[in-house]
Amino acid sequence: MSKEKIQFKTNVVIRFAGDSGDGIQLTGTQFTTSTALAGNDLATYPDYPAEIRAPAGTIAGVSGFQLHFGSDEVHTSGDYSDVLVVMNAAALKANLSHLKKGGIIIANEDGFDEKNLRLAKYPEGENPIRDDSLEEYQVHIVPVTKLTRECLKDTGLGVRDMDRSKNMFVLGLLYYMYNRSMDPTIQFLESKFAKKPEVAEANVKAMKAGYSFADTTEIQHGRFEVKAAPMVKGTYRSIMGNQATAFGLIAASRRANLPIYYATYPITPASDILHELSRHKNFGVVTVQAEDEISAVASAIGASFGGSLAVTASAGPGISLKTEAISLATIYEIPLVVCDIQRAGPSTGLPTKMEQADLMQAIYGRPGEAPLPVVAATSPADCFDAVFEACRIALEFMTPVFFLSDGYLANGAEPWRFPSSSDLKEIRVGFATEADKENGVYHPYKRDERLVRKWARPGTPGLEHRIGGLEKEDVTGNVSYDPDNHETMVKIRQQKVDNIADHIPLQELDSGPEKGELLVIGWGSTYGTIKAALKQLREEGVDVAHAHLRYLNPFPKNLGELIKNYDRILVPEVNNGQLVRLLRDQFLAPAIPYNKIKGQPFAVAEIKNRIWELLNR
Amino acid sequence: MASTQTTEKTSNFTSKDLVSDQDIRWCPGCGDYSILKQVQKVLPELGLKKENIVFVSGIGCSSRFPYYMNTYGMHTIHGRAASIATGLKVSRPELSVWVVTGDGDSLSIGGNHFIHTLRKNPNLNILLFNNEIYGLTKGQFSPTSPEGKVTKSSPMGSVEHPFNPLALALGADATFVARSMDRDPKHLQAMIRRSAEHKGTSLLEIYQNCNVFNDGAFFEFTDRATKTDRALFLEHGKPLTFGAENRKGIRLRDGCQPEIVDLEKGGLSESDLWIHDEKDSLKAGLLARLPENAGNGQGEFPSAFGVFYAIERYCLEEAVNAQIKKARERMGDGELDALIRGDHVWEIK
Ligand SMILES: Cc1ncc(C[n+]2csc(CCOP(=O)(O)OP(=O)(O)O)c2C)c(N)n1
Ligand code: SF4
Ligand SMILES: [Mg+2]
Repeated sequence: MSKEKIQFKTNVVIRFAGDSGDGIQLTGTQFTTSTALAGNDLATYPDYPAEIRAPAGTIAGVSGFQLHFGSDEVHTSGDYSDVLVVMNAAALKANLSHLKKGGIIIANEDGFDEKNLRLAKYPEGENPIRDDSLEEYQVHIVPVTKLTRECLKDTGLGVRDMDRSKNMFVLGLLYYMYNRSMDPTIQFLESKFAKKPEVAEANVKAMKAGYSFADTTEIQHGRFEVKAAPMVKGTYRSIMGNQATAFGLIAASRRANLPIYYATYPITPASDILHELSRHKNFGVVTVQAEDEISAVASAIGASFGGSLAVTASAGPGISLKTEAISLATIYEIPLVVCDIQRAGPSTGLPTKMEQADLMQAIYGRPGEAPLPVVAATSPADCFDAVFEACRIALEFMTPVFFLSDGYLANGAEPWRFPSSSDLKEIRVGFATEADKENGVYHPYKRDERLVRKWARPGTPGLEHRIGGLEKEDVTGNVSYDPDNHETMVKIRQQKVDNIADHIPLQELDSGPEKGELLVIGWGSTYGTIKAALKQLREEGVDVAHAHLRYLNPFPKNLGELIKNYDRILVPEVNNGQLVRLLRDQFLAPAIPYNKIKGQPFAVAEIKNRIWELLNR
Repeated sequence: MASTQTTEKTSNFTSKDLVSDQDIRWCPGCGDYSILKQVQKVLPELGLKKENIVFVSGIGCSSRFPYYMNTYGMHTIHGRAASIATGLKVSRPELSVWVVTGDGDSLSIGGNHFIHTLRKNPNLNILLFNNEIYGLTKGQFSPTSPEGKVTKSSPMGSVEHPFNPLALALGADATFVARSMDRDPKHLQAMIRRSAEHKGTSLLEIYQNCNVFNDGAFFEFTDRATKTDRALFLEHGKPLTFGAENRKGIRLRDGCQPEIVDLEKGGLSESDLWIHDEKDSLKAGLLARLPENAGNGQGEFPSAFGVFYAIERYCLEEAVNAQIKKARERMGDGELDALIRGDHVWEIK
């Protein structure tokens, strides 16, 4: 029975950190699920190391998971954490700078032995949890490893196996502190380890031990309660970006009534889309793990010719390998969805960190004049809608389309008021038939008023035709080296993509005045941060407008007009300035870049400060 | 093997229907013409529907092929035809998918897809036009050009050791490996037929004369004076014989060491010879490397033509679609709303 008083909080940011072998991501996602079920709004940010198992105990091996939840709207995973849970000395060292002054540290005492301190490169004889270096924080030292072993000593498990449950001990402890139910995790463990009941049991036991430990002791600061957030009415679930992407693809395939052909080559942070899709073969999904990215996109192009909803995915380095094939799809004019789950580059860069630096690659990165539409997701749940839209455009306009997400969205989670399948837009696919022949001849590059040609599938009698990468004659599609024809075709392909602006929504403001001093334009995963920053500014008396772009090529038709209503435009991007160039190029807009290129999302405070600075206040 | 029996089948088209309205742009005298003609000759005999045939090519002179076939066709990008064809076949198993490719296309830039396609074994027919040169780019050495080959990019002779395409294919676990040549139409037709009938990826290497940049590379196999000594035609279950009136044979000493023997001398008969077995992978490997053996005083070893190897193994598209079927049996046809909803939801009222 708890004696402590419960304190109410509107917002809490918890950061879990430990060795990549400590099960940090699992702990984080479990806490997320329980928190979501408790009705809080939330956002998460996993922060993994590039190496799967860097030497245990070192800074390079630290894996983090940040969860921001609240009884109010939550738009970001939080700039700084209120609570930092560290499994060892390296985790503390790597993450202390993310903790608010006065914040809570829960430290696994056993992770601060001599060996761990040495590996974390603390000076000889120094131990942060023993000396006064953490004076500014509330530190709780818990011998997690010891207590976990203690509670599992009768299970017959070996020490290594017992130690695998120490993350569950910590989870139990936090469940107590934040008054969360353990049930979802118990269910999860029982189903995950259905074939190894002894493992499930040990984990549940460790979690319950952590829960009771917090109850009966020692954690002196009491319990917190974060009430359910006042969210829009409806039914919610928690969803991660890559999962939403996979669902969005399946949804589009259902709406278009076409099978999905998804071909890829494993790469962080895109692989989880493959993992998710390959579990849903009962939707008629074909997943292919090709020998390389080129083969992946190539086979998708083959499947598209055959009439499938063809999709390929990668991160920047793999996308660049697909470039030539994507240009082929452009000149073929066949549907293809290219998912670029961006990460920090160039080259291998920071493979597990986020960045928005592939925008130019998506828009321009092909040989020759090869325009194609580009659509970007703004939040983990929005990946569903954005990739659905990418599929719709690809199928209805016979074109390859880029869908842009990034590592922050891919692995981040948030509550999702999911749609019913009947709310989804229709996707109209019309295959060519014999009736499309004129005087007995089929013209594969004849177009409708939108300049879109028809999709003629092999197997259709009478429509036998050849498509190729060589320039084709207008209408007939025959190979043509005629100079005037080439110019005509380049212009037609451009116009076709430009025309898509007539079939996408106009740009709306996310918030703020319709005219004024400053408009902040963002795209992709900066959405939540910009929104939160502007909301705080508004509370502080400064009303700045925000527009967030989903359609990056073509831009919504009214964007140029919208921009003219403001004296200045600020464009925050996690890159060295890409959208800002497009806006200046297309609209001669007075756009000011604001860039962060650290492999991390913007902090709300950073955006606010930049705006204060710009407004000279 | 049922699939090897050639039965007369009816198609809905003739050879003439396969001729497209496009002007052919190969150099006059190019071996590609003959290959096109033999393909157009054989296809109507296979019992296919014209609308179900797709030719997929990469880039090169040879890869212009689909433009000249009045079927569905894709001229794609350099080296990737096998992958594109795989995607098409996996998504549309009922189609008859043909890959037309060159030695540069498949063995240089597309080498990776070539070996991986063979191991995955989709039911494709690969026609590899080997002219031992880069034709389209005007005459550089290719990965099959012999050592020392003098070309525009190797004026002092190529310093590279070439690939042996059939040995490479066997090493990649191909299920069907055969060789023919442009200048032997009858044999080429027979090999095209066999390739089409094979279930799985069939690799047919076709020696093709590039009369502009590598003229005569394979004439020794067709010239009257040399052909009987240089070319050995394989037949399943038959002994390996060649030379004038088939008086020379090949025997396997110690079961694995090829040896040329003279059937006139030494009292040897055909039953002492190496009997060709299309299902023997070890012997297929020996056959692929036959001309590399040092002669044993009986002249040079010939090159083999015909089906080196043909076995059955499941096809990629069958396995892929079987899994989809199984998943549907186990879980029922996917329900979108249930998928989106997942297991844990909560209400905000
Ligand atoms: C990505 C790319 N690299 C290079 C080329 C230039 N190129 C076109 S065909 C070819 C070689 C073709 O040789 P092969 O495959 O033997 O075909 P052939 O012309 O001999 O029939 C090359 C290098 C290209 N088209 N694309
Ligand atoms: S260059 Fe050689 S391979 Fe190409 S068309 Fe001319 S003869 Fe044929
Ligand atoms: Mg060649």
